[in-house]
Amino acid sequence: MLKGRFGNYGGQYIPETLMNAALELEEAYSKFKDDQEFKEELSELQRNYAGRPSLLYYAEKMTKDLGGAKIYLKREDLNHTGSHKINNVLGQVLLAKRMGKTRVIAETGAGQHGVATATAAALMEMECEIYMGKEDTDRQALNVYRMELLGAKVHTVTSGTQTLKDAVNETMREWTRRVKDTHYVLGSVMGPHPFPTIVRDFQSVIGREVKKQILEKEGRLPDALVACVGGGSNAMGLFYEFIEDKSVRLIGCEAGGHGIDTDKNAATMATGTVGIFHGMKSYFCQDRYGQIAPVYSISAGLDYPGIGPEHANLSDLGRAEYVAVTDDEAVEAFGYLSRVEGIIPAIESAHAVAYVQKLAPTMSREQIMVINLSGRGDKDVAAIARYKGVQIYE
Amino acid sequence: MNRMEKVFAKGKAFIPFITAGDPSLETTEQLVLQMAAAGADLIELGIPFSDPVAEGPVIQEADARALAAGATTDKIFAMVKSIRSASQVPIALMTYMNPIFTYGIEKFMANSREAGIDAVIVPDVPYEEGEELLPYCSKYGIELISMITPTSEKRIKMIAARARGFIYCVSSLGVTGVRQEINDDVKGMISLVKEVKDIPCAVGFGISSPEQAAKMAELSDGVIVGSAIVRIIGQYGADCVPHVVEYVRRMSEAVKQEKTDI
Ligand SMILES: Cc1ncc(COP(=O)(O)O)c(C=O)c1O
Repeated sequence: MLKGRFGNYGGQYIPETLMNAALELEEAYSKFKDDQEFKEELSELQRNYAGRPSLLYYAEKMTKDLGGAKIYLKREDLNHTGSHKINNVLGQVLLAKRMGKTRVIAETGAGQHGVATATAAALMEMECEIYMGKEDTDRQALNVYRMELLGAKVHTVTSGTQTLKDAVNETMREWTRRVKDTHYVLGSVMGPHPFPTIVRDFQSVIGREVKKQILEKEGRLPDALVACVGGGSNAMGLFYEFIEDKSVRLIGCEAGGHGIDTDKNAATMATGTVGIFHGMKSYFCQDRYGQIAPVYSISAGLDYPGIGPEHANLSDLGRAEYVAVTDDEAVEAFGYLSRVEGIIPAIESAHAVAYVQKLAPTMSREQIMVINLSGRGDKDVAAIARYKGVQIYE
Repeated sequence: MNRMEKVFAKGKAFIPFITAGDPSLETTEQLVLQMAAAGADLIELGIPFSDPVAEGPVIQEADARALAAGATTDKIFAMVKSIRSASQVPIALMTYMNPIFTYGIEKFMANSREAGIDAVIVPDVPYEEGEELLPYCSKYGIELISMITPTSEKRIKMIAARARGFIYCVSSLGVTGVRQEINDDVKGMISLVKEVKDIPCAVGFGISSPEQAAKMAELSDGVIVGSAIVRIIGQYGADCVPHVVEYVRRMSEAVKQEKTDI
């Protein structure tokens, strides 16, 4: 029962049908994670396929404009496929291949994880099927076509709220149907053990690079790290290397939707309670009978009623802070970063940018903060135009 | 003999599953009473959940109907209490971990006992996580039913050693739902169980026809049927009771018939 726990959180709450697959994955991961050949192959892919290390860019104009802390952007948007999701996917698909799997399946919200999985599957010659809620296939239509171009089959999920949570449900169901030859490439630091650990480890390259880069540029650690949080993988990837560096504030930005005092948000830490769902004990948006709440965000990638168990623990320990950012604030920040720095962020990442717009001016010019720019915004341009009442055809 | 021990005492058991509150709790109460009269030996009552990841579309839709109609854990306890004034048919609650955990594990088991529940089946709690429920199950005399599946293999003996009440043998990979073909390997699964413990084994997942039920009954101690019944409820809504009862009678007879040939 204590396996795969972060404090009280985590665990392995899955149907018996999946237990052997989870155990097999755990065993394979503990074997390969320290395997020299595996590590070299992965780091070769990270360098020459995904484009790592990603830049740590000093956002000078934004810094001057806000008039407070010095702001750096970790440019995960420049990775191949346009987001941090590729870091985890290359690791997992490589692992699946070593395990003798021939087929990968994955859920996706914004479509970025689906695109990354389809990409890695194409590269490593695996069959690939992606599950995506109907609402998301509508609002992120470009990514659906992108996955199909890459040779993946995309299933539109019409059950439940037709968003990320339901895509996870359907991918889990598919995994129980066909578990022998199939690996489930979970897209965030969530789900049953060992996924939260595996995904965190593969994403932790972000924070390791940031530490090295900031020490080179500034000769000291940053004062704050800011990242958006859906399931929490880009945030965990940034935070992990700094957990023991107590002077560094760790700030996760959740989707506040229309506001945390309305019922239209996905701010799990602000509005959720402890529960057990999708294989893990963590915080969830739910009612008092444990029915999972229908959540909402303009951002398909943050539109999820839970959060990874390691975040739940960091929050309980007071080591990380979680704040809610509304749709309006994120849309404003989406435009702001585009105008001021010439960088169009993913609407998910724009949640982190929006919070920094508020926080930086309250900090001194000697202080340093790093925003994880988890993805690029091309996929969101049409949706943001629609949000502002402009009709654009993709 | 307690109610659970009676389930398999008269021979092969027939175990129907329905989602509580679909289409209404009044209908569920009637269904329980009349299925018991028509030959059901244990009733598996689902507490509807917003996100039933182990269920196929038929039961997913039943859960959605029940929740939309206002079913809650407390109302289901009250309904079972009312059933107990008329019937002593053994009842197992089937639900996911979150409704139990969020309700409060101890309070859930205490209220189950008070309502007259005999067992719980929690498909997203495997052997490893069972420790969280077991102390409260034993404190309040509620059996935690263990599941084994075609992928359990080496795990079967470990699971069987701790199992109580009966073992739920999942016939096939995947989620609940009617299937044409049912895995014959249940025989192997069950013999592994019996090497460790003399505990009844009931087979579920995919069974819908009397022929399938008779065949599974030959290999096991009982047969569990869910989606096929829930589909009838979905089709007839508030008028489903006679249709379900007729089906349960046929299935129960198929399960209990003496073997004539072979
Ligand atoms: C660009 C981007 N950032 C963030 C997220 C949220 O995921 P996580 O919290 O796991 O980083 C997504 C998910 O789709 C995404 O596409």
